Parts: sequence; C-alpha cells; structure tokens
Amino acid sequence: MSGTRLAAPFGSLIDRTRPLHFRFGARTLSGFAGDSAASALVGAGISVLSRSFKYHRPRGLFSMTAADANSLIAAGAEPNAFAEHVPLTEGASFRGQNYAGSLERDRFALMGLFGRFLPPGFYYRAFYRPAGAWKFWEPKIRAFAGLGTVDTNGPHGYFDKAYGWCEVAVVGAGPAGLAAALAAAEDGAEVILIDRNPVIGGSMRQRRGGVGAEPLERNGKAGTIHVMTGAHCLGLYDDNWLAVGQGKRLHKIRAGRVVVATGAEEQPLVFRNNDRPGIMTADTVSRLIRLYGVLPGRRAVVVTANDQGYGVALDLVEAGAVVAAIADLRLAPDDGPFRREARAAGIELLDGWTAYEGHGRARLGVVTLAGVTGRGRVDDSRRRVDCDLLAVSVAQVPRLHLLCHRGMRPVHDGSGHSFASGELPEGVGLAGAAAGRYSLDAATRDGLAVGAAARQAVAGGAAPEPERPAPDGALFNHPWPIFPHPRGKEFVDLDEDLTIADIRNTIAEGWRHAELVKRFSTVGMGPSQGRHSALATQRLIAEATGQTLDAVGATTWRPPALPEKFGLLAGRGFEPVRRTAMHDRHVEAGAVLMPAGLWLRPAHYGGSGDAAGAIAREAANVRGNVGLIDVSTLGKLEIRGADAAAFLERVYTFAYAKQPVGKSRYVLMTDRLGIIVDDGVACRMADNHFYVTATTGGVDGVYREMLRLNAEWRMRVDIANVTAAWAAINLAGPNSRRVLERVADGLDLSPAGFPYLAVREGHVAGIPCRLLRVGFVGELGYEIHCPSGLGETLWDALVEAGREEGIAPFGVEAQRLLRLEKGHIIVGQDTDGTTNPLEADMAWAIARKKDFFVGKHAIGLRSRAGLTRKLVGFRLPAGESRVPKECHLVIRDGQVAGRVTSAARSASLGHVIGLAYVPAEHAAPGVPFDIRVDQGAMLRAEVVPLPFYDPDNERQDS
Amino acid sequence: MPFALLKYGLRRRYRPVPDLPPEPDLKKRYDVVIIGGGGHGLATAYYLATVHGIRDVAVLEKGYLAGGNTARNTAIIRSNYLTPEGVAFYDESVRLFQGLSEEFDFNILYSERGHLTLAHTDAAIRTARWRAEVNKHLGVASEVIYPDEIARLAPNLNLSRDVRHPVLGALYHEPGAIARHDAVAWGYATGAARRGVSILQKTEVTGIVKDGDRAIGVETNRGRIEAGQIVQQVAGASTLLADMAGFRLPIRTVPLQACVSLPVKPFLDPIIVSGSLHVYISQTPRGELVMGGASDPYPLYGTRSTLDFKEGLMANMLELFPFLAEMKILRQWAGMTDMSPDFSPIMGETPIRNYWLDSGWGTWGFKATPVVGKRMAETVATGTVPELIRPFRLARFDDIELLGDKGAASVGH
Repeated sequence: MSGTRLAAPFGSLIDRTRPLHFRFGARTLSGFAGDSAASALVGAGISVLSRSFKYHRPRGLFSMTAADANSLIAAGAEPNAFAEHVPLTEGASFRGQNYAGSLERDRFALMGLFGRFLPPGFYYRAFYRPAGAWKFWEPKIRAFAGLGTVDTNGPHGYFDKAYGWCEVAVVGAGPAGLAAALAAAEDGAEVILIDRNPVIGGSMRQRRGGVGAEPLERNGKAGTIHVMTGAHCLGLYDDNWLAVGQGKRLHKIRAGRVVVATGAEEQPLVFRNNDRPGIMTADTVSRLIRLYGVLPGRRAVVVTANDQGYGVALDLVEAGAVVAAIADLRLAPDDGPFRREARAAGIELLDGWTAYEGHGRARLGVVTLAGVTGRGRVDDSRRRVDCDLLAVSVAQVPRLHLLCHRGMRPVHDGSGHSFASGELPEGVGLAGAAAGRYSLDAATRDGLAVGAAARQAVAGGAAPEPERPAPDGALFNHPWPIFPHPRGKEFVDLDEDLTIADIRNTIAEGWRHAELVKRFSTVGMGPSQGRHSALATQRLIAEATGQTLDAVGATTWRPPALPEKFGLLAGRGFEPVRRTAMHDRHVEAGAVLMPAGLWLRPAHYGGSGDAAGAIAREAANVRGNVGLIDVSTLGKLEIRGADAAAFLERVYTFAYAKQPVGKSRYVLMTDRLGIIVDDGVACRMADNHFYVTATTGGVDGVYREMLRLNAEWRMRVDIANVTAAWAAINLAGPNSRRVLERVADGLDLSPAGFPYLAVREGHVAGIPCRLLRVGFVGELGYEIHCPSGLGETLWDALVEAGREEGIAPFGVEAQRLLRLEKGHIIVGQDTDGTTNPLEADMAWAIARKKDFFVGKHAIGLRSRAGLTRKLVGFRLPAGESRVPKECHLVIRDGQVAGRVTSAARSASLGHVIGLAYVPAEHAAPGVPFDIRVDQGAMLRAEVVPLPFYDPDNERQDS
Repeated sequence: MPFALLKYGLRRRYRPVPDLPPEPDLKKRYDVVIIGGGGHGLATAYYLATVHGIRDVAVLEKGYLAGGNTARNTAIIRSNYLTPEGVAFYDESVRLFQGLSEEFDFNILYSERGHLTLAHTDAAIRTARWRAEVNKHLGVASEVIYPDEIARLAPNLNLSRDVRHPVLGALYHEPGAIARHDAVAWGYATGAARRGVSILQKTEVTGIVKDGDRAIGVETNRGRIEAGQIVQQVAGASTLLADMAGFRLPIRTVPLQACVSLPVKPFLDPIIVSGSLHVYISQTPRGELVMGGASDPYPLYGTRSTLDFKEGLMANMLELFPFLAEMKILRQWAGMTDMSPDFSPIMGETPIRNYWLDSGWGTWGFKATPVVGKRMAETVATGTVPELIRPFRLARFDDIELLGDKGAASVGH
C-alpha cells in the first residue's frame, strides 16, 4: 500500500528525530513532529479518512487547503477537524467520521446504491403524503444528518483574545504576500504578515521552481515586519478589522491597509468517480512530498492543463514514484520548461486526453483515460492505466473570501477561466494569484507593486495606481475541466455529493438563478463553502441556460473564511458581576442574593431556609422599628449646566424649573409614544445642578437616551452617569430619625429642619453624604448617598447606631412588599411595553402646562381618546390564602381583561393585596373582578383605592 | 421508499417537470403589482390566484426569488405571543403552515421540535407566565416549566445553578417548529406561477407613479408598469419604498445577524431561546446548528456581518452548552429588519389609495408568511381589511393605539 516516508531533503517541516505515536480509530500509527494529522495519516498509509455526507462514499485527502469534507476527521473532542489544521501530537486520537460500523465497511454505504432515487432536493419531493407521513419519515432522515459527532461531555477548554494594530496587514506569506510585506515595510511602516502555514513562503516551498523562501524569510523577520504563522485570517470586517485565529487565541487586529495575498484554490477535474481516495490536487501531492516527506502513491497519473502539472510529475519521479502518464486536457499544449523536462525524462505524454473514470472501491486502482475532442466531450479512444494516485492540476480559483467580507462582489474574469475581484473595498489591496497573477514571477512583481502602494497610502501621499504585471490565469486555468459520463457520479461538489446531473436537473426544474441553484441543490453549502464547486456550477448553469458566465454571476463568500471554533470567538467570556460596597456585609448576614441586571442584591437575609418568614420579619421591622437596605444599585446621574432644569423639563414629565434648591421631586420618563420607561427622583443641589436617580436596570438606557437627546437639542448641560461612584442606603422605619441622629454630624433632622422630600448635604459618621428624605416603603426614611469607597463604613456606622433599637437589614423582597402596600409601582413590573402614565394612574406626575416633554403629544392623544385599561389596587377577601402570581390574568365574561402585576400577602393589612390592569370602565373602587390563578381556579378580587397603607402619608411625612 | 422517489430513480431518463415555469415577459399593466418577491409577497400572490381568482399579478423582485429575509431568517415558527391579537394571528399562521406541504405538493420540512424560551430572571419568569396564560386562554399550548422538566426536554442544556445566569424556568411551547424557509417561498412561488402569476426577478422598483392620492403604477429598472393595486412587502426596505410612495413609516431598519455551524449528528431536539443571554438555537435536518442573537445596536440599511456579533453570541452559547467550544461556525449573514415602535407589524391601508402595506415585521416575519399572504390577498381582493389584521393598521401610531408584543419578540431589542 502506498504512503511512504521519504528521506531528506523531502519533508522540510518534519523532524525525523522525533517520532510521535497516534491513534486512528483502533489502530496505533506513527508520524513525526511537524506533521499535521493529514500528512501523518497519509504517511502511515491511511487512504480513507471519512465517509461522504449523502452517499457515504469512502473519501480520502483531496486537498490540504480547501477545508472540504473529505479531510474532516474527529480529533480528540473536536468534531469536523480539518486534518491539515491539526498539528500532530504524541498520543493524539483521531477518528474517521460519518459511518456506521467501521470506516472501511460503513453500513450506510448502501446509500450510494440509492443515489438514482435521491435527486437534489429529494426531500422536497416526498415523505409528506398522506398527512402525517413526514412525522414518520423525518426522524429517520434526521438520523442521517451531520458529519462529526459532538461530545456532549467535552471540555470547555481555554481560549483567549489578543488585540493588535498595524499600518499594513498582509494576509498570505506566499510570493506575493512576502513581496508585498517587504515593499510595505520599506520606510519603516508597521507590518503584520499573517500566514496559516507553520512557516512562511507559501507555494515557493512546495512548488517545483520555487526559489526557496529563505532569503525572504530572513528579510521578513527583520525590521518592522511582525510575522504570524499558523495563523488563520478568518474574517475581514468593516474598517479593516481582522479576525485571526492562532491556536486557542483570537487576534483582533486593526489595520490601516490590508493586502490580501491569499493565493488560489486548485480545482477538481469533474469526471466519473473523481472522489475516489487517491485522487488529489497536484498542490496536495507537492505539499505532501516537499513539506512532509510523504509520497502519497507509488504509481501515478497526472492530469493537467498547464506546465505546473508537469512539474508535479517530475516531483513524483524525483521522490521515487512511477508516473505512468501525463494527460493534458489541452489539444495542443504549449511546450513549457517542465513539459520539456518530463518528455526528456521519458514520461508518456498524452496531449488531448483526460481522466474519464476512476476505478477501485476504497482506493483508486485504475483510471480510464479518454481522448478529448472539445469542450467536455471525448471520443471513443480509451486507455486504462493502473495507478494508485491521480494528481489533478487543471484550474485555480482565487481566494477572494476576505474581500467578500468587506462587501466586494466577485465577477467572472471575462476570459471564462476563473473568478476575479470586483471593485476593491476601501483600504484593501489584492495581489498575486488571488489577483489572477499566478506565475511566481508575476505574483512576486504584483506583490511588490501592491505593497508599495499600501506603503504610499499609509504615508498619506496620493498613491498612484501601481504598475502591475498582466494577469496570466489563462496559462493556468482550463476553461472546461468537466467531463460528463453516461453513468454519472461525476462530482461537482464533494462536500454535498452532488453530480453534474444533479446540477442540470436542478436547473431543469426551474431553479435557474445561480443563488437558487445553490439553495435548491445545496451546492456550495458544505464545509468548503463551494471552494471546489462554485466555478463548475456556474459553468453548468451558463451552459444549461444559454447565458454568459457574466450574466450568471458569481456567488459571494460570507465570513468566516475558514470555519472557526465557538470557543475561539467566545474567548474567556466576559460576564462581569457588579457588587456594591456593602456586599461582604450582606454575605456575612446570610443574604440570599439575586441578580439585578449585572448587580447582585440581597433578596432577603438569614439564609435560604425560611424565605417567607425572613421577608415577613424584615418587613415588620421596618414598619414597627427601623431597617436599612442597600440601594447602591440605583442609577445616579449628575446633570449640570445653565440648562440643567430646562433639560429635565424636556426629558421628564414633571416640572423642575421652579423646584427649590434642597428639594427632591419625582421623575417619570416616557418615550415618544408616551410609554413609561423609567422613574426616580431629581434632587436640586444648586440652581444649575441636579442629582437624579434612575432604576437599577434602566440607568444605562436613560443615560444613553439623555446623551442622544442632548446631541439633538444641544443644550448647555453636562450629563454624567455616576452610578458606580456612589453607594446608597435607605434607612427606614419610625425609629430611623433616632438612629440617624446619633451619627449625623450637626444636621438638623427635626421634621421642620429636614422635612419630607428635602435634600441635604452633610456628614454622617464623618462621611460626606447626600441625604434625601424619601418614602418608597412608606415610612419615615432617609436615603443616604456617600462615596462608594465609604459605603461599607457608613453601613457599619448605621448598624452600630441602631443596635439599641434592633436595626436589621432588609432585602429586595421585603422592599417589594412594603412598596406594594404603599401603592408605588415598579417600572418594568407594573408597567409593560405600552403603559402610559394615565393608565398607571400617574396623571399627577405630568406637568400639562409644559410646552414640551418627550411623549407629551402621545399622552395628549391617549388622554383625549380615553383609557382602555387602568392599573388599580385590589384586595382579596380576608380569608383567602391563595396569592395570585404576577401575570395571572384578569378574566371578565370569559375574555382576557387584564393581568396582575404585583401581589403579596400583607401582614400589616391582614389580606392579599396587589396591583392589576383592569378595563378602564371597571376600575372604580369597589368593583369586583376575577383572577384566574394556577390550575384555572378563579379568585374574586375587589378594586380598592391606593395606597393600601397609610393613605394620608402620615408616617412617611412625620 | 416513497413512490415519488422510485418514479424518479427508475425512469430511464429523468424528465423533470419544472417547479418554476420560465420567467414570462414583462407586461405593461397588471391588475395587482406586488413589490417584493419574498415569502410574504409570493404568498400574497399565491392566495390572490388560488382563493380569489386574481391571476393578473406581477411580483417584482429586485434580486432573486426569496433572497432577502426569507433566505436569511432562522425559520422558527411559533404562536406563543403575548397579546390576544398576536396569538390569534400567529395561530392561524401555524395552522396554515401545517397543511402547506400537501397543498403545495412540495415538502416544506415542517418539523415540530418544541420551543423553549428560557427564563434567567424573575422578570423573565413573569413574562413567560403572562405569555403562557394568554396562550392557554386562547387554546395555544404553552406552559411555564421548571428545570426538571427542561432537563427532560433538553438533556444537554447546562442547568447548573452555579453559573452567571442560572436557568430558573422556561416557557415551553410544544407546537414550536422549524421549516425549510426557502421551500415555503418556493412552494408559494411555484403555485402562483403555475396559475399565471408573473414572478419577475432582477426587477427593481425605483418609483411609485401616482395620480393625486392614488397609486397607478411603478417605475422599475425595466420601465414603467401600470397597476390596478399595489402591495408593498419589502421588509428592510419598507421605509425607502414608503418614501417613494410619499408617506412616512414609524419604522427603523436594524440589521439582524445569524450564523450556522458545521453539521454534526443530532443532539438537540427542541428550539432553545434565551432572552437574557440573547441566544436562539436549533438543529436543522442537515445537522447544522442555526443560531441567532440580538439585533445590531444601531439602525443600518445593510447586510454586512460583524465579528462582535459572533463573539457575544458564542460566549452566551457556551453558557448554555459548554461542550460546544470545539464546534465551528461555517457561515454568518445578516438581514435587515423593519422594527416598528410597538414591535408589532403594520398591515393594511396607507395614505395612498390602491397602495397596500405589509411591513414592520422586524425579526419574526417568516412565521407569519402564510397568514399574511392569505389576509393581504383578501385585503387586496375585497378592498377591505379583514378583522384579524385590523389591529395592525398603520394609523394606530397616529392615535397611539399600540399593540404590546415587545415581550414576545424572542430576544433583544
């Protein structure tokens, strides 16, 4: 069997002194350090790597660059690994993919026999009659889905990210890219040179006639060129933002200019059984021999349409293989240097011949050659040639993926030979084979020209159009390497198992647009994304529809340029948790924490055992004594400037122009449709300075919206989000004044000196604070804001000061209950995506006389049209123990008439209370309504006036 | 093996019956001109021809058939909306979907996989309950379920409490389904074209011809076309077309991106959505994971892809499925979504007579394709807006009669 290791000088990448052992399925094999999984497997004599997607045909290495399904293996926990991209390591474990039983004897290979019954889109044609049939068939078809198998116990692994910057990024370090990098760096520009191979040099290292990359490599490492090898440029996004994957690291690089020198993809020859293991691109043969010292076959046939193919034949001979024949698709080939040499070496040259059929089951054994008479046509002359390797060098397609990511649309190059770039995106150059300059000389000169242009562009000069060599694609690319066979199985797309007939039938069925052919047949949808199939498909469309290739058009390539791991994109993940300054104290007190946006807040204290009891105790302590709650997560905004009051007047619904310094006032924000989006209080600290709070979850949006509005309005105002700079504690309960008096340095806390809604600045326990008399929970209370760094100190001081009274912290749950008793809404819970202030019974918070505020027009319209629903307080009968859940529905006459937004059992009041939306005409106190709770039970509730607790506000005002 | 495939395989030489007849020549006038050859436009044409016998219809598509958002969406079908109007509407859509394969004689690969909207916060549980209660009331199967039950439906999902955003519960919508999005549009296109509807690709509308406040035709890159009635069904280009017609829409066009992985053997049955983590994911019959996230954070008329979309999405994906780190994204893309202020669509009359509107579909237009087609066809054919879609009128923004389906849009807005 084939697969022989060669001696030096072949195998420039491998270290023969370091053999490595690995497993392929059940077999233990060996390779060398420097091998890829692909080279190691072929070097160890493995020819079948996987089974194909649809027919489960045996597949071997076809290309080492195209990332096609043929070379997908399972590598450890990684499914669908491209064998060439997996470095060989000691003890590595590889497996084939997509088979049942064994890779050699795949039970599903029977699918191949059914090929004639499975036209493109066959699943659209059947399985749906009679009704319900699909439910029977679908699981059976679904079982065949997929290639690799994901290990659901697989490790997360470590991935991270790095950031880079350069003046010029060059992608591809082949002849064009190296030349471009050197030219770009000539005046000292910062250049990053990115190449996916372990070493730079590209085709120069593997193609016969390559000059060797060593001098360039030396230069490349000098000066200002930063070389990244083993680095896959996965995407080129707006403003030259490059994603480069290197091992487990994603580099994100911003480049002033980008030179794309990504070369070209060698194309298959489309003929019967062109997918047999042992048939591969000529570049793959060269690469195996030169870089890895692997001879992929003993007896080879080369099919070519250019002089490079003859070079590969010479490589094979030099490496010890027999080249049985070189078939040249061209009827009268030009005599190039390699062809002359091949003839001199005595290799049989067959001009005007093509490979017409491959034979052999799991491995190529014989190839039938046929005489070519014209485009895709052959005569009756046949030659059967024994061989275990067929090297194909008939055409190339430029790799234009990165340009497509930036919006370039590829075109056909006009000669019918290949694709070419459409108009280049801003700041990007294209050089070498990717730009249709294939020969070493043309590619190098092209790289120099495009690199020099990039240098001039970053230097800021008006870059003259570079003088570039002429495209030479016609020398390398045959216009029709497609040979239909009466018995079919000529694969256009190896990924998706699609043949010439499949494409033609798709078109015949009416799907004539190139995009529709693709979508209907799935050509080009597989792992290689059409690297091998796009051009052939478009040629077949042009032929079948009588259009030019230009009219057919070229399909685009979407990111990523190569499949990229989820882990690589995710990196280490960034899931910040925000903790308040008093966090440790909460933990010490046994707080059960709950998320509030990015923050963690105590839901209640005392551990998770008896939540209801803890909440009730905390609430009772506030009602009867004194409690404190950490409200540091409240949004906080500083609004300063001559227009500060005028700005608030426009942003919020209430009136602020005449608000006295030293007073706070409720703020309610609506959007342009009059929908409530946030609330809080505004404290007037000075004529031109307001300190405004916002909800924990809303502050970022409020801040962003304020900035946006002010960008529109251009008022004299400065807006700062100082949420993180201030800690805040709400001290609440009838004993709160007494506690605060012990630590408030010289502040007059008397009801007259510091009345309800007043704001003071002063010191508490020596800490500079802003104090607000507010009443969210409905008791005498103080919201004390201090610099974040002193939050814990302030907390400790208040706890200490209240020790005598039995002060205790309370959590969010108790606060929710207390505020409900007081009838205060929580924006987002008691409001939804359409709630306006009138529905929420907050007409009092709207200053109707103002000329303008955001939402005024809409609220006015709603007001005139009349309300359809209203948020009301309700109570259940005293004996009712069931508590409706938030969002249980209000049902009236069998219809949905509203919903509960908040509900709780109130210990202070002795029954269940809540807030609910009900129809506006049924919103009057005393009106009964029904709530449907779990299991469909109906509870009778009654509308009651708000607030439930302390309706005259005597407690909070005291 | 199904008979249709046997027939195909045993025939000596395959003579395909074209699904789609060759494109007809452009005429000077049609009774109805539909702007936009996506799923909605094609479905409207189909029902005009089949239900109302109106066959002198042209569907004008600037690109290729169903190549816009129809080709770019993630093909999820569900009716677990929040408002009674929304639920009733989508419920009709789901029922139509269920019969389409037979009706078309073309399998749209409709697959009921079950749909889980994960809740990671109290607020999300609240919304889930709201949706479940409204759905159940209207006879749509939705339930709030908790981690034990979630684990049974999606055994691979990370339900650990020890993560940044633990799963507290989920809204489970058993009829939630996926379908082959292209096949839906192709089925409508084929059915319409066979009945005489002209589907004209690469035909771009460049202006609306009016006589006073009445639309009488369109200008295109292929010349002027007269029309008795015009229907605008162009998703992300809605505002641009409305501008041409001379009225304004309260719509922002925002890109929405999605991506697909390399195919793997099936491991995920239900459709998983997480609003808090901005993720939705399903596994297709090919074995690919189709994944999407939040809309882009800014309006744009464009379909470029971004890196940060994938970075954010994948970080969240690995929160839910930590073992997917070695999976690979094969392809990403973007569509242009037309977002209305209340996250509900806009259908029916416009200030221009004989000019009908179907837009504001944002991120959920695919799942409404059949019902929109049917009801817009009814609208055009009868000249009256049917009850079912009347709540979605454009004028509701003038008098602020908003619909509140914001909470039911799957993820991030």
